[in-house]
Amino acid sequence: MSTRTFGERVQRNNDERLLTGGGRYVDDIPLPGALHVAFVRSPYARAKILSMDTSLAKSRPGVVEVYTCNDIGALDTEMPLLIPHPSLHSPKTQRPLARDDVFYVGQTVAMVVAVDRYVAEDATRLVDIEYSEPQECNIEIEEAISDDAPRVHDDVPNNVAAHCIQVSGDPEEAFAKAEHFTKVKVRVDRSTAAPMECRAVAARFDSVSGELTIWDGTQAPISVRGGIASIFNLDEDKVRVIAPDVGGGFGQKVLLFYPDELLVPFAAMSLSRPVKYIEDRTENFLGSTQERTQIHEVELAANKDGVVLGLKDNFLHDTGAFIPYGIAVAQVASTAIMGPYRIPNSRVEYKAVYTPIVPVTPYRGCGRPHACFAIERAMDQLAEELGLDRFEVRRRNLIGDDEFPYERPNLLFADGLAVIYDSGQYSKALDMIIESINLEDFKAKQKLALDEGRYLGLGLSFYVEATGIGPYEGGHVKVHPITGKVYVNTGLTTQGQGHETVFAQIVADQLGVSPEDVILVEGDTGAFDWGVATYASRAAVVSGNAIHMAAEKARNIVLEAASNMLEASVDDLELQDGKVNVKGSDVSVGLAAVATACNPLRYAFNEAAQAATQFAPAARSDEPALGDGRAPGIETTEYYAPPHAAWAYGVHAAIVEVDPGLCSIDINRYICVHDCGNMINPTIVEGQVMGGVAQGMGGAFYERCEFDSEGNPRNANFMDFLVPYATEVPKVELHHIETPSPLNPLGVKGVGEAGTIPVAPVIASAIEDALKPLGVEKLHHVPLSPNSIYEALSVAREKNII
Amino acid sequence: MKKSQIRPDYPERSDDPLHEVNMEVNGELITRNVSPRILLADFIRHHLGLTGTHVGCEHGVCGCCTVIIDGRAARSCLTFAVQADGSKIRTVESLAQDDGSLHPLQEAFKESHALQCGFCTPGFLMSIVSQLEETEGEIDLSEDGIRVMLSGNLCRCTGYQNIVKAVQSAAKRMYKTN
Repeated sequence: MSTRTFGERVQRNNDERLLTGGGRYVDDIPLPGALHVAFVRSPYARAKILSMDTSLAKSRPGVVEVYTCNDIGALDTEMPLLIPHPSLHSPKTQRPLARDDVFYVGQTVAMVVAVDRYVAEDATRLVDIEYSEPQECNIEIEEAISDDAPRVHDDVPNNVAAHCIQVSGDPEEAFAKAEHFTKVKVRVDRSTAAPMECRAVAARFDSVSGELTIWDGTQAPISVRGGIASIFNLDEDKVRVIAPDVGGGFGQKVLLFYPDELLVPFAAMSLSRPVKYIEDRTENFLGSTQERTQIHEVELAANKDGVVLGLKDNFLHDTGAFIPYGIAVAQVASTAIMGPYRIPNSRVEYKAVYTPIVPVTPYRGCGRPHACFAIERAMDQLAEELGLDRFEVRRRNLIGDDEFPYERPNLLFADGLAVIYDSGQYSKALDMIIESINLEDFKAKQKLALDEGRYLGLGLSFYVEATGIGPYEGGHVKVHPITGKVYVNTGLTTQGQGHETVFAQIVADQLGVSPEDVILVEGDTGAFDWGVATYASRAAVVSGNAIHMAAEKARNIVLEAASNMLEASVDDLELQDGKVNVKGSDVSVGLAAVATACNPLRYAFNEAAQAATQFAPAARSDEPALGDGRAPGIETTEYYAPPHAAWAYGVHAAIVEVDPGLCSIDINRYICVHDCGNMINPTIVEGQVMGGVAQGMGGAFYERCEFDSEGNPRNANFMDFLVPYATEVPKVELHHIETPSPLNPLGVKGVGEAGTIPVAPVIASAIEDALKPLGVEKLHHVPLSPNSIYEALSVAREKNII
Repeated sequence: MKKSQIRPDYPERSDDPLHEVNMEVNGELITRNVSPRILLADFIRHHLGLTGTHVGCEHGVCGCCTVIIDGRAARSCLTFAVQADGSKIRTVESLAQDDGSLHPLQEAFKESHALQCGFCTPGFLMSIVSQLEETEGEIDLSEDGIRVMLSGNLCRCTGYQNIVKAVQSAAKRMYKTN
């Protein structure tokens, strides 16, 4: 196999297992004798706990133990604030089990452990918790910041957790000089990741070895292990955290700790039995984090030609009852608000606001869908106010190809590093989408349709995404001496992104093996325990490059050893088909034999070892069996730490037919031009983008976590929270641009979140365009819905236009 | 006085009454005693150890738990095991051949990149297989038709497009249609 597989549509490595029922998700791990957990959850948003009585529940046959905050020893404390920030002046985190106060409906108050989940659930009804009268609360963030609003946390006035201002350039001067001002106020509502597999944790404590093993459907097993070891005061080497197959994450599973992640291992240790908690769908709505509510007030200062000189954005960010992940979501929004546009002067101010509902942590997009909706709606409006074409106004503001790297001075991204766009061809992307739409043809069709009383509209939206953030990841490569197969480890987890395939491609290219012969083991601290987590579209960039570097180093070891074994110069060798060949000859040695020879053993117990003995030693003949500084085998580890984020981008467009009577939409075409740098595997990239668009479509038109004024969730299930089926998701036409990132050896950028970001502004823009002849009002509130279309047509109805 | 380390006397199971059920699961006859309230999904997964059937919502919306009961696709999360007494059940584990060769639909899923995390996949496979078999391929296999066919199952990863492609390609292989 000498062909480079990087960039090829290589089929995925591990599908067969998943297709035949061989997946191993947490609840599939056989744990004989396991006990099952169910939680008693708060029925009120804000209330005091007056008393707790677990005796009746404990007496229920099949119940093993019931825990409240009084029974969990040192765990009865506030869980860690993961990412502190100077502007986060009033951080609050949750206790595993509530003490004295409850802060949102669904908060865990007591934990029942029983022989099966059925009995555990029965017993939750028998735990007697007496609450005070529910306290007054307000979940509307604009009202929650007022002086007289009820407080979520008594010592946090105005419910403001964090207040941050970021200024770049000289916005005041830009606003003083500008000729035209465009103002929009937009709102994006709450949604949730809704992974198909809910969260799950199982734990087993081995009292003989002292090892605690935890299976956790998490995106961050290494971090979970570090935290568990710290909190339980255990030696890190005695804690092993495994994220086996994980059924989707989308950010929700990157938070640590959820209460169950601490309480399940605690129960397993206390009860000397394996214990598991398999979250059900309603619990996923009640207790697993959500994201999205932000209200942005954006003002653009422009010249009459549409060139934007400055931007001011003032926004509120709903963080829910606690802020365990810090201000990451808001911080990302605050740096994404200028999108792909030059806008050299900006002032962004935001407040993160406590509300007595489920806490907020990043969900696919992480602040970008909100910022994208705000800036793109503003650009549409600017075009309209100046009488310019929507495409043209964007073209006049796009950062030029020759302006990269483009820095936004003084801005800090969520990772604390500078905001520097590394590369891109923004105008080319615009040209490609215009060509793909066939603008003239569309305009003719739109007119024709209008004559027939049908309403066709075209919408578009750019997006940018800072991907591949640090701090670092590692890659470990080892050639197996018996089979010649290559084992690769990294500190990530996969929830279906195809790591086992793309990382195999990277290694295959260096070692001349087929990608099927590269076996990736990740998500297991027992296999590799340096690294951070899977989030922020970073796997391909950070782990991908670390693995690439480790594979290069392994290649050099192979070449050096084979050169000694074959008594040939390294320059005359090539790695192909799992062998090292002397170019232009039939002399070769298999990779397994090289790996065997690199481990100077005495015993020839297999074919590779016998083969290895036919050659000269792998070490130089004038050296001992292991040369200076050499380790046995072909085994390398490298780490990659990016200087700052790599900025991917793209532009989406849709042609939508709107029925003003039914207020329904029909997406005729959905087109996507995107650039994530060099693509390792276009098929997998396309899968990520198409899946992202589907999730974006849910967020744009269907999904909204609803709460009543007392903080009660109103649609905490899949009957009422509408995840789109195949019938609601459009077919996506994809076009690729590959502008390499200059920041990393592979030239790659991330693609995990890209598809999700711009969908809502595309659809809003298209609906407005379609209904313009009827005098539609602006669509500034996501999710859009038949209701929002109905409301936007109220003036048209009053005038009897429809 | 220090608390002693005597192992507590934990119950082995709940005191739910037991009922005998007989089923043919993937061609094999089984007899088990089960609680009348155990869901078929939990029975298949935890009593029979066939963990390929997944549970995504437990209220009949997502379709992850779809199995074939007496020839028809059904939600095993909305069915009690005792209701399936006397039935023939097929799960995802039955699709591939004993020699490991994949069912044409599994093959098509693999070739079309129709799965990512794989959690919803068994439900899709069983739903599609039952619809194709029931109609002997005489079902609307246009893109819109297939999307309707898939509309009992949620997928959060793929955006469905490659699943549509996989169904088209599998139907061609299975029924030599165009």
